[in-house]
Amino acid sequence: MMDTLLDVEDLWVRFPSRQGVFDAVRGVSFTLGRERLGIVGESGSGKSMTGRAILRLIRPPGIVEAKQIALNGDNLMEKSEKDMRAVRGQKISMVMQDPKFSLNPVMTIGAQIIEAYRQHNRTNHADAYAKAVEMLQAVSIRDADRVMRAYPHEMSGGMGQRVMIAMMLIPNPQILIADEPTSALDVSVQRQVLDIMDGLVKERGMGLIFISHDLNLVADFCDRVLIMYAGRIVEVCEASKLSQAKHPYTRGLLNALPRLDAPRDHLEVLQRDPAWSTAPSVSGRVA
Amino acid sequence: MALADNNGGAQGRAPLPKWLTGTVKTLGSIAVTMLGLVFITFIIGRVMPIDPVLAIVGERATKASYDAVYLQLGLDKPLIVQFFYYVRDVAQGNFGMSLLNARPVAEDIARVFPATLELASLGVIFGVVLGVPLGVVAAVRKGSWIDQVARVLALVGYSMPIFWLGLMGLLVFYGMLGWVGGPGRVGIFYEDVVPTVTGMLLVDSIIDGNWTVFKDAFSHIILPASLLGYYSLAYISRMTRSFMLEQLSAEYITTARVKGMSEWDVVWKHAFRNIRVQLITVIALSYAGLLEGSVLTEIIFSWPGIGSYITTALLAADMNAVLGGTVVVGLIFILLNIASDLLYKVFDPRAR
Amino acid sequence: MTEQTLRQWLLTDTPTSRRHAKLSALYQGWLSFSGNTMAMAGLWILLALLGIALFAPIIAPHDPFVQDLGNRLAPLGTPGHIFGTDSLGRDILSRLIYGSRITLYIVALVALIAPIVGLLVGTVSGYVGGWVDVVLMRITDIFLAFPRLVLALAFVAALGAGIENAVLAISLTAWPPYARIARAETLTIRSADYIAAIQLQGAGAMRIITRHIWPLCISSLIVRVTLDMAGIILAAAGLGFLGLGAQPPSPEWGAMISGGRRFILDHWWVATMPGLAIFTVSLAFNLLGDGLRDVLDPKGEK
Repeated sequence: MMDTLLDVEDLWVRFPSRQGVFDAVRGVSFTLGRERLGIVGESGSGKSMTGRAILRLIRPPGIVEAKQIALNGDNLMEKSEKDMRAVRGQKISMVMQDPKFSLNPVMTIGAQIIEAYRQHNRTNHADAYAKAVEMLQAVSIRDADRVMRAYPHEMSGGMGQRVMIAMMLIPNPQILIADEPTSALDVSVQRQVLDIMDGLVKERGMGLIFISHDLNLVADFCDRVLIMYAGRIVEVCEASKLSQAKHPYTRGLLNALPRLDAPRDHLEVLQRDPAWSTAPSVSGRVA
Repeated sequence: MALADNNGGAQGRAPLPKWLTGTVKTLGSIAVTMLGLVFITFIIGRVMPIDPVLAIVGERATKASYDAVYLQLGLDKPLIVQFFYYVRDVAQGNFGMSLLNARPVAEDIARVFPATLELASLGVIFGVVLGVPLGVVAAVRKGSWIDQVARVLALVGYSMPIFWLGLMGLLVFYGMLGWVGGPGRVGIFYEDVVPTVTGMLLVDSIIDGNWTVFKDAFSHIILPASLLGYYSLAYISRMTRSFMLEQLSAEYITTARVKGMSEWDVVWKHAFRNIRVQLITVIALSYAGLLEGSVLTEIIFSWPGIGSYITTALLAADMNAVLGGTVVVGLIFILLNIASDLLYKVFDPRAR
Repeated sequence: MTEQTLRQWLLTDTPTSRRHAKLSALYQGWLSFSGNTMAMAGLWILLALLGIALFAPIIAPHDPFVQDLGNRLAPLGTPGHIFGTDSLGRDILSRLIYGSRITLYIVALVALIAPIVGLLVGTVSGYVGGWVDVVLMRITDIFLAFPRLVLALAFVAALGAGIENAVLAISLTAWPPYARIARAETLTIRSADYIAAIQLQGAGAMRIITRHIWPLCISSLIVRVTLDMAGIILAAAGLGFLGLGAQPPSPEWGAMISGGRRFILDHWWVATMPGLAIFTVSLAFNLLGDGLRDVLDPKGEK
């Protein structure tokens, strides 16, 4: 149907601990095209680990194993750390949860964006500066010149996250992983930031992996949704058909949400079945 | 806060600018700390079992001459007035006369202090140049052999008496191997050869262009400075390691890696930039610690600095000299703290 | 109750009483502590030191004060004097053994005085707040501003040389960090909801400080004291070395180094042996302190 950007097959993330090996991600498979793929799950479900494993950002003692993580047919698992650095930023980029922590507090915004650009583009400082200002304007920041000189702590959350998006998109990557990009923001600016991100991703024909715990948001925003539980994908479905989901976990999550259009006296409490975490992963691969 | 400001009725008067109130506050607290420091030394001086009058006039003085000196020293006045006089004198750099050599204490201190400064500075340079990279590498390669080596070095440094290690150093490197000059600042033939400019022999011999003296002075200072350097390395590398570990687990480090930066750049351009502030405080503390640690080191190496001066005065019950030395070292401590606070503002945009 | 069930009882996830929970926590702390080889080594060294100090008269081969000028400066391994003799012909090993008593005495006294003073100042400062806090913290800052050894030197000069005065001087310079820690702990505890609940029940400041705040400050203070012990030993030895601590002929280790200093080039063991003793003991305290910190205060790695 559509061309596949990323093909993840049988991905495992393991952490050795004193009590034995802990499997954070267990045999996850999915593909990503030029689409918006949502990964939903509660904290500890392995959704963030999946995102970081794709960029090979899991540090030792953590272990990543996979049959393949193929970017345009190129297996990232076989790449050296040095080759991987050319992938990060330039091919696949990532926006993290809270700009308060994900921006370096002692560097100006400008220096950080320029650094991201010049990491992959040999240009002089003036060109990089112009490019950075242009990118800031693309994320709807008006007085870009002032923001270039500002430090992260002088920035509001929404502003910081827009800066983060600008910084991550400036090398023009093909895939953006957004790990809870709006969870730390005020509700009033969440939508705005999402719209900006969405606009840029569409305009550039990128693939987006949108990681969130917010089922409604994902259903609203994405094309396709993977639901993760205890390190596995328990269900894959079109976002528009989420309400018809079959897996008891997804159903439980949906029933635990209040709805304005169908008010109920009681919200259900999610009943967990230990069998969910042992059942094999559902594949999220297309074609 | 913001609400209180708006409703607090401050519209009428122009509020003082923030930097002004901040500066006044800082200056005030510095003044209080300094005054407190002088007060403590003053009290120590007053509870001394030594009679300052007898110390001046001698055991066999007449009652009349005793009383005259008693009045001259202001000892008939209430304690608080005496304290006032003392503060006034200290503020003018007057620490009284040394009972030992009948010279102004301030002059003596000015003469011996450069020797300590030279020793401690060289020590802290060793400590920073070796300790900071060691701490950074230990943090980046946590659990590796180099981390273990750093840990053992620090542990041994924290556990070993400095005066003993100094003695052992003299025994091995001077006594047995003969690699370094012995105790003292410079060989006896080279004393007073170069004119005194800064009082620091290494600097003065460079200014004079006298390399023979420089070489000799260097062979004398290398052992005590390495000793102090080792202690400062132990502390600085430990602190650097823990600061770096904290920063390396921060989210902005992941951001830098996502950008595709090399590990070297991630460590030095991002993580290290964020520990500079804390590191400055540690280095200032370590420097202050070396000025103090030099007390014992100077005695072992017969180094004519302020540590030797205070100790000699102490054993001779020369109280003016002891208190003068204590006040000076205390004031330097405070000044180092202020300096590190100022640098804090330079390196951390959040503190501006 | 067999041993197996006692172990299970201690490792339970669902304690049945407050005492049970406390014992269980203690046991689990011990398990993680005893898994740390270095910390256990430190503990064993210190237990050995305690034994040596207690049974000094039985262990020591000679009287530490008896001089034998005919046999002065005997080298290492001399029959009857394994560690040799000093400049007055006294057996160095016996002096080291008796010296352990002095070291423990100084450490114990300082470790009692300084944290208690610090705890008092810090909790009162933190709990009462206002100008009391300002004044007490200002005083603490002033003491912190002093170089410790120099201040201790000045104190000993004022009070006169001797063991007790050395202890006092070291304590006087050691309390401010404890006050800082206790104050910080108090500030966080004070605003906790359960303190408000106790206040609503009518508990007074005295009761809250002594029954609810002190117990919670103890663990961080213990860690800090253990880590400071090495520093205390080194400071005491330094004062002894300068002739301002224990007075001759007392076999204090620092003073012994001072005594051996004159012969360092020809008779190195006289100064070397007591130095090794100081090193071993303060190393043991550092190892123990590191281990305790990992158990009691896992986030405080510094």
